[in-house]
Amino acid sequence: MTTATASHDDHHHGPEKGLMRWIKTTNHKDIGSLYLWFAFTMLLVGGAFAMGIRAELLQPGLQLMEPQFFNQLTTMHGLIMVFGAIMPAFVGLGNWLIPMMIGAPDMALPRMNNWSFWILPFAGGILLSTFFMEGGAPAFGWTFYAPLSTTFAPDSTDFFIFAIHLLGFSSIMGAINIIATVLNMRAPEMKLMDMPLFVWTWLITSFLLIGAMPVLAGAVTMMLTDRNFGTAFFDATGGGDPVLFQHIFWFFGHPEVYIMILPAFGVVSHIIPTFARKPLFGYSSMVYATASIAFLSYIVWAHHMFLTGMPVAGELYFMYATMLIAVPTGVKVFNWIATMWKGSMTFETPMLWAVSFVFLFTIGGFSGLMLGIVPADIQYHDTYFVVAHFHYVLVTGALWGIIAAVFYWLPKWTGKMYNETLAKIHFWWAVISVNVLFFPQHFLGLAGMPRRIPDYSLQFADFNLISSLGGFAFGASFFLLTYIVIDCIRNGKPASARPWPSAKGLEWTLEPKAQYHSFNKPPSRALIEAESQNS
Amino acid sequence: MKRLTTLLSALVATMSTNVFAEYGLNMTKGVTSISRDIYDLHMMVFWICVVVAVLVFGAMFYSVFAHRKSKGAVASQFHESTKAEFLWTAIPVIILVGMAIPASKTLIDLEDTSKAEMSIKITGHQWKWQYDYPKEGISFISNLAQSHKDALTGTDADREAVGNYLLEVDKHLVLPVDTSIRFLITSNDVIHSWWVPAFGVKQDANPGFINDAWAKIDEIGTYRGQCAELCGKDHGFMPIVVDVVSKADYAKWVGEQQAAAAAAVASATKTWSKDELMAQGESVYNTNCAGCHKKDGSGMPPVFPAMKGSPIANGAAAEHMNIVLNGKGAMPQFKMLGDADLAAVITYERNAFGNTGSVVQPSDVKSAR
Repeated sequence: MTTATASHDDHHHGPEKGLMRWIKTTNHKDIGSLYLWFAFTMLLVGGAFAMGIRAELLQPGLQLMEPQFFNQLTTMHGLIMVFGAIMPAFVGLGNWLIPMMIGAPDMALPRMNNWSFWILPFAGGILLSTFFMEGGAPAFGWTFYAPLSTTFAPDSTDFFIFAIHLLGFSSIMGAINIIATVLNMRAPEMKLMDMPLFVWTWLITSFLLIGAMPVLAGAVTMMLTDRNFGTAFFDATGGGDPVLFQHIFWFFGHPEVYIMILPAFGVVSHIIPTFARKPLFGYSSMVYATASIAFLSYIVWAHHMFLTGMPVAGELYFMYATMLIAVPTGVKVFNWIATMWKGSMTFETPMLWAVSFVFLFTIGGFSGLMLGIVPADIQYHDTYFVVAHFHYVLVTGALWGIIAAVFYWLPKWTGKMYNETLAKIHFWWAVISVNVLFFPQHFLGLAGMPRRIPDYSLQFADFNLISSLGGFAFGASFFLLTYIVIDCIRNGKPASARPWPSAKGLEWTLEPKAQYHSFNKPPSRALIEAESQNS
Repeated sequence: MKRLTTLLSALVATMSTNVFAEYGLNMTKGVTSISRDIYDLHMMVFWICVVVAVLVFGAMFYSVFAHRKSKGAVASQFHESTKAEFLWTAIPVIILVGMAIPASKTLIDLEDTSKAEMSIKITGHQWKWQYDYPKEGISFISNLAQSHKDALTGTDADREAVGNYLLEVDKHLVLPVDTSIRFLITSNDVIHSWWVPAFGVKQDANPGFINDAWAKIDEIGTYRGQCAELCGKDHGFMPIVVDVVSKADYAKWVGEQQAAAAAAVASATKTWSKDELMAQGESVYNTNCAGCHKKDGSGMPPVFPAMKGSPIANGAAAEHMNIVLNGKGAMPQFKMLGDADLAAVITYERNAFGNTGSVVQPSDVKSAR
């Protein structure tokens, strides 16, 4: 038996050829690439919807679409970006990087890994197919509040529910896999407090996923039975309560926003020390801050619901708990700046993205703090101020972290260097246009423009024009990004094994292009200590 | 270069139209004690954020410029300081407590609706607001003004001409100045949210539940707002307009409305001619039904069926009245309209667009309720 297994292994030094490699693969690197390419495709699809939204809002009047179609676009833009782009992109990064960072040969559950990826294209396909159904796609916003999403929704909503269930399965399996990998497959000599921060943030994120996704599944299942089987969970005429839906949704939804940002915190905690040529400041406080944010994320959900008619005591509690999140988040920001302080910094592309992440994400943090103040939230709630806030944390936060990670680890994935000049041009293009796109939306919100409206009063015309032009420029920047990545894969100059000389981490000890099967033997204690962020 | 100049001058031209003068960068103070408290709180938190941002980003950018390799900076290797960690945990906590105290005071005040002198019941419908004055016995519906609906797909000049584009309704809510008013807010279908920024009032309208809010308005004037919670297709087109008038004018207005209500009750008992019903019905139809079923009765199949040749409009009147009164699926109920208006609109639907249904009288609607 043992000899048979050994000789079996001998035949598998490299990947299978052709399409079947990608369908049958159980290799964490292949699956990571699949996740990343899927996420990038969905980013372009969701981005195209955003271009439609900004085109309609370019000037007053209804020029391009019916209001119902506009609502379908806002809904699908949100759903595709959250569930199709940001979350799969982070799972892709986790797949690629976690085994290499902890000295493991692969993920703990490789077949399940394959399955959790291959669910995604089907779920995404079902979700997008609703556009072609009678009555159109879901048009009730990505938060799908009942009863607009139950009694008053198009028939395609049942397909949306099925798609959400599938996406949930995929996320939960991905999270279980990461927990199992980190806890069981870590190099025997690696202690938890030796782990790189990207691994730490993903481990904590996985627990958030396991806690939050089943709650979402519960919410959509209750919707399904309300719609089809005569229950009345969210229908007041049957003794239910539409606000119950919001409690359940946001009990998922608030951890969800940290699911989308914590791994980005991890990425930035790798990049800043590398380019500051200094050890990460406060490694253990970073770990504890991440865990505190994760814990707090479960007990602040109703700050999305201050206007639903909550009792004063509830509002006070959720306000205080929400403000508390500023403390561990502040610790992280201060630690990053302390890491940069008295370093010897250079600004290669990943560092540009990381520094702008710290700056722009913190702006989103400030507007988040403002939104947490209940009386002020009365004026901000459901306006463009909120739209500006969550795009600062999700685009210049989560997406920025992903792009930074792609540039930082692309040499390790491909064995080649991207074009630094083009990448810098792309960075400045994106960072300027994204601010032209989202910063004026703060003004629109404060001046009183509600979100999710296809047309607006004339006093909002100027900032909408500016925002739309910024949006088109930002959208166009992704063509350049596509070119840079493909150019790197095809024509990039060979990279060294450690293209960033002061980078730390086990992944940099591998070949320039990480070999298909890495760490068949676990790394030694000496190597782990030499590459640890916790010095 | 020439093309760029043209583009830039075109941009400047767009921005310097007369709307430029009206644009706002910030929240306005409003006309109630609550809206002013909110404004003060907003500004306080904003300035605290600005100060923190200047310090934090100042340190960051100083470091970005001073501690760079190209300037010969040599990296220190420090990576821990319990003192620093303690300070930047404790100082934010103190700042946050400083914010939480005034915020809590304002919150407790604005949630206390017990001192109200009068109540207004506000009901959200897809996509219009219904206002009830329970004591005075006044009730009416407030829709986006027809001229604004037309301007949606009209020219820029049309949108300029109507004034307060998308923020005008056919019937304003009228409130007295210097009076504590309790708003009782609910919905008839999906969740809406009643928002008038100048009052500092925004409250969700939940079907089956009643939320409350209050305002004591200090200044006579006209104030505008919008629905703030996505409520379906025409969420962007259910504005709120409030006329705040002197107490004397308010009393006069109440008298007029009560007289009009009495007249409406009287008209519901008489028998109308078909022409009268058709004329009245057309305006009711265009206000309430044309959003989905379209002015020419063509509808937006398959979700919103056509009126033209509809089996219901050409079939039994009882079924037609039932569907208008009680709704069905995406079709909202219209019980809140008066008997005369309902009879008129049903008759119109049954006889316009080439339909050949029967005439329905207010008394028929009354008995069908």
